[in-house]
Amino acid sequence: MSEQVFEPKIVGFLCNWCSYRAADLAGSARITHAPNVRIVRVMCSGRVDPSFVMKAFSLGADAVLIAGCHPGECHYIEQNYKAMRRFHMLRQTLKAMGVEEQRIQLVWASAAEGQQLAEAIDKMVDEVRQLGPLGWSGNWEENGERIQALEDIVKEHEQAMEVTA
Amino acid sequence: MAEKIGVYVCHCGSNIAGKVDVEEIAQWAGENLDDVAVSRDYKFMCSSLGQQMIEDDIKKEKLTRVVVGACSPHLHEKTFRRACSNAGMNPYLMDLTNIREHCSWVHKDRSLATEKARALISAAVQRVKHQEPLEPMYVDVNPATLVIGGGIAGLQATLELADAGYHVYLVERLPSIGGHMAQFDKTFPTLDCSACILTPKMSEAGQHENVTLLTYAELEEVSGSVGSFKVKIRQKSRCVDYDACTGCGICVEKCPRKVLDTEFEAGMGNRKAIYMPFPQAVPRVPVIDQDSCIWFERQKCRACEKLCPTDAIKFDQEDELIDIEVGNIIIATGWKPFDSKKIPQYGYGRLANVYTSMEFERLCNAAGPTNGKIVMRDGKTVPKSIAIVHCVGSRDDRHNPYCSGICCMAALKFGHLVLEKTDAEVYSFYIDMRTNQKNYEEFYQRLLGEGMRFVRGKVSEVTDAARMPTEQGKLIVQCEDTLIGRQQRYPVDMVILMGALEPQEDARELGLKCGISCSMEGWYTERHPKLDPVATMTDGVFVAGTCQGPKDIPASVAQGAAAAARVAGMITKGKVMIEPIVASINEQACSGCKICNNMCPYNAIEFIEETETSRVITALCKGCGTCVAACPAGVITGAHFNNKQIFAEIEGALWDALQPAAESSSQAETVPASAS
Ligand SMILES: Cc1cc2nc3c(=O)[nH]c(=O)nc-3n(C[C@H](O)[C@H](O)[C@H](O)COP(=O)(O)OP(=O)(O)OC[C@H]3O[C@@H](n4cnc5c(N)ncnc54)[C@H](O)[C@@H]3O)c2cc1C
Ligand code: SF4
Ligand code: SF4
Ligand code: FES
Repeated sequence: MSEQVFEPKIVGFLCNWCSYRAADLAGSARITHAPNVRIVRVMCSGRVDPSFVMKAFSLGADAVLIAGCHPGECHYIEQNYKAMRRFHMLRQTLKAMGVEEQRIQLVWASAAEGQQLAEAIDKMVDEVRQLGPLGWSGNWEENGERIQALEDIVKEHEQAMEVTA
Repeated sequence: MAEKIGVYVCHCGSNIAGKVDVEEIAQWAGENLDDVAVSRDYKFMCSSLGQQMIEDDIKKEKLTRVVVGACSPHLHEKTFRRACSNAGMNPYLMDLTNIREHCSWVHKDRSLATEKARALISAAVQRVKHQEPLEPMYVDVNPATLVIGGGIAGLQATLELADAGYHVYLVERLPSIGGHMAQFDKTFPTLDCSACILTPKMSEAGQHENVTLLTYAELEEVSGSVGSFKVKIRQKSRCVDYDACTGCGICVEKCPRKVLDTEFEAGMGNRKAIYMPFPQAVPRVPVIDQDSCIWFERQKCRACEKLCPTDAIKFDQEDELIDIEVGNIIIATGWKPFDSKKIPQYGYGRLANVYTSMEFERLCNAAGPTNGKIVMRDGKTVPKSIAIVHCVGSRDDRHNPYCSGICCMAALKFGHLVLEKTDAEVYSFYIDMRTNQKNYEEFYQRLLGEGMRFVRGKVSEVTDAARMPTEQGKLIVQCEDTLIGRQQRYPVDMVILMGALEPQEDARELGLKCGISCSMEGWYTERHPKLDPVATMTDGVFVAGTCQGPKDIPASVAQGAAAAARVAGMITKGKVMIEPIVASINEQACSGCKICNNMCPYNAIEFIEETETSRVITALCKGCGTCVAACPAGVITGAHFNNKQIFAEIEGALWDALQPAAESSSQAETVPASAS
């Protein structure tokens, strides 16, 4: 690939109520930040299915950002805690598969925190730039299986954690 | 059948076009993205001409889907949905992608911004193909309203609605309505007598034909949503028959058990075991405090019962659960005072003549325990000098970072009352004097004229350890006077701590019941801090007064009225639209694992024992999608945010990521999209 500055491609899942609005606010306040995050709106960070993250990696994303309301401020009361649990699990599992921690990040940003979100994005882009391309999409066959395996682990894990009589 | 998609890229004047090559993107989309039948750019898509363009295309070109690349959906999603509806297309077949706030306004480099905008448009085009027509749901608005909290904010909201002809249930947890304002003597800056302006409103609410007063009651549980909430109220046992009691007060008079009144009198006075918190209480029905009543303690006494002329005393009365149905809820639960003991160096609780501001309110109140005489704890000595310490627990990172907003003015009010009633010297120890409302600065100027002394600095300590003969028997306030840059010691007789306004202890819990959230500190979060200050993120739930953040009485009243106006608007309209963004379970495929059952904070998922499968109760689901993400069988669908749609969106957003590998073949098969 080209020898110029590596511009990572990051998919960002932002919840409708806080973090998406934080990005809106960053816009109206003209807080410049790195253009690498392509935002996908979900109603809540709790909607982020681990398979969304896998899908993004498998399609060539270099990193994935999940952003939601601060703990205790989720529009749906407490769903971001569920997102948080999934996130840690996902990050652990990905790490075991050789995906650096910085490639999957969880950020809390309230609707008033355009500045904070912009800073978090800049920081993340810097970190991923250092790491270079992930290149999971390079080898389809093999990674397809790897991703499937990952997904299975994550789901299993979730089941184990979330069934409370 | 292939879709026919119309793509519309907005210039927004130069707001977008200044950083993003909109014409090129529109052309690219038309030429490169599958199923795009029309692709245009336009100066202002949201203008009537822009909308007309979309409508005409839908009709002429028989478009089946529309993508608009413009501003945030929070701004114009409704606009473009309406345009689609007007042209006969289901509004949920439109996707608005944000290339302004999220792109042109925040990126410096034109080519990178253009690339991002291109990816966002591509994502929207892929997504929109999978969007499904949805029918908005309408629910009738129950014209009754629940107001929680009977302070001035809640009272205002109640009366506005009741006067407009709508029924209000006013729930107050204490035995009387009135809130903190009932405890004050005078109110700044006009110095009206608090009781004179408050009690007429209290009795109006008490007598209003449209108001059901539920005092000594608390919210137990809320279910349902905007338009039709079902609410359970716990009416705590008063041990007094509400209807039989005439409020004569003989029981209170004859009750032999006196206890310290830590609520209304802030610990400055006593009350009986059976009591009305204050003479103008509404309703005039006493309650028995079961923790101090002799009967509950050792089965003796029953004096009140014997003497009650209407046999209203009922020792065996139990809590009662009352079910009500309302269309909207207004939360006006106010504030609680900072616990000044948390700053031990100020000596509250240890040094007798250190007072909290609420104690001092009672002390100078004509109806208070000293009949308004300002005397020290011994009950007779009139202080010769008083120090008022500002920002106690406010603007202090160890306690609360925020400014409580009202303490400077309350301190000035105290200064005035002391100067009016005594010959004492009054010192104010302030960090910054904050008097930024109507007539507030004038009030400050007035106090400067009246001889109140002002020392700029944060008090470091209040002590009784004298270093000089002049300090003997005094409280010494140690403070750096930052205007002269010197540490000073001020010997005084009395110290008043202007404690912070804090959120109620149970604010978070109550918020949870009503489905609204709090800031880190515990103040309720409004929908928009500037443009929507009394609505919340939960439709049908409004906030008013200090529960949303520290404020004075005028602002609390304004919010109470504003919340009432919002509710009245909903009632007048009669119906509310609710977004059909809800989850549903394919019961044929559900394995009955019950994982989703525990996922839902609204208990919207029920388990059907016969079929051993789960089902979403549509009316309760708020559409967060957490259960959708959690179902291991992938059989829950989140309308408008289903897996197919989001996978497609991700794929579109990364359209360029796989280009170099040039293996465009069977990507979609790689990750088996668990059935949407
Ligand atoms: C020392 C001091 C002096 C002040 N002097 C002035 C002044 O002179 N002028 C001025 O403009 N402002 C003054 N203020 C500010 C004033 O107190 C507030 O602006 C005002 O009380 C706000 O009214 P509210 O209705 O929001 O809250 P509150 O007065 O706190 O009323 C809230 C009500 O809700 C009830 N409640 C709470 N939780 C629940 C629950 N879970 N269920 C049911 N009911 C509940 C409470 O019992 C209470 O009755 C002063 C403040 C202080 C600390
Ligand atoms: S999680 Fe899925 S499979 Fe399990 S009960 Fe709920 S809907 Fe059925
Ligand atoms: S989407 Fe699922 S978890 Fe969320 S509110 Fe609806 S039923 Fe509950
Ligand atoms: S709505 Fe933002 S995290 Fe739940």
